[in-house]
Amino acid sequence: MTDFFSSSTLFAIALTFCAFELGRLCQQKLRLPIFNPILIAAVLTAVVLAAAGIPNELYQRHCEAFSWLLTPATVCLAIPLHAQFRRLRHDLPAILAGVAAGTLASLGCVWGPAALCRLDAVLTLSLLPKSITTAMGIAVSEAAGGAPALTTAAIILTGILGSAFGPQLCRLLRLRHPAAQGAAFGTAAHVIGTSKAAELSQTAEAVSSLALVVAGVLTAVLCPVLF
Amino acid sequence: MRYLRQFLWIIGFTLAGEALHAALPLPIPAAVWGLVLLFLALESGLLPVGAVADCGQFLLGLMPLLFIAPAVGLVDIWPMLAPVWPAVLGIIVLSTVVVFAVAGKVTQALLGRGGKEGRDD
Repeated sequence: MTDFFSSSTLFAIALTFCAFELGRLCQQKLRLPIFNPILIAAVLTAVVLAAAGIPNELYQRHCEAFSWLLTPATVCLAIPLHAQFRRLRHDLPAILAGVAAGTLASLGCVWGPAALCRLDAVLTLSLLPKSITTAMGIAVSEAAGGAPALTTAAIILTGILGSAFGPQLCRLLRLRHPAAQGAAFGTAAHVIGTSKAAELSQTAEAVSSLALVVAGVLTAVLCPVLF
Repeated sequence: MRYLRQFLWIIGFTLAGEALHAALPLPIPAAVWGLVLLFLALESGLLPVGAVADCGQFLLGLMPLLFIAPAVGLVDIWPMLAPVWPAVLGIIVLSTVVVFAVAGKVTQALLGRGGKEGRDD
């Protein structure tokens, strides 16, 4: 039986999708920010894999059957951006300045404490691109000499944190303007934050996709120059 | 058929992005090149948004699912993280909150000024 489950790509995909649906259901029932669908799905999947005795390596290989869709999906962020761009044009300088400030803050907030804690150079380099989307972050991390697996984990965790606590942070920081909310979500929590911003408003979603692109490009350009 | 052609357009732009990434010695990932190219094509009107909209929406909706496998992959790098995880977690939480605040606040402050100037016009 284990043989069937560990050799079936479709089982891996079905498991992942079911876990996500359950995660979404959990979030709808228990409106707590920490019940993020991705987080719940990852824990559920890990538990099922361990219980069924399927090695994680094998599961990862099966998931490659659909994980390549991440690059074309990231390209598609151009669509909401295009839909809202006319309305954003006027606010563009403010958004770009906010994203640039946020990106510099991100690099500083990782590098400073990492130096203080005397973290290993590989670890620090892996954490630097933590605020940008996975497809970009992995490329930056690899180029800088970091560990892509750790970068991926940091990126996911950052995204989950940003999307889980973003609405509360908006209230706490009195971020009322949809464009400011979008800039915050996109710069701090990339694509995962953008899908949360989409629940707030169309403007927030569009600004968030713009922010994640600009933050991604800035980080990709600044990382090799600064570190 | 409609979805098929739309998917083909999206794959085409992604492929063009990969080609640019391979050809140019810049640290910009293929996904960003593809995004910029698709955005320019849509803005210039060379490609009508209807040619990619439905399939694009589907792929965007699929995106959260694509992060689950890498999140599960955390199990594999745990040995490397085990001795330093409190520091790493602290850095991630701190920087996420700070970046959120800085990006949001700076944008909002500048928008406030822009808004007033707009009314003066």
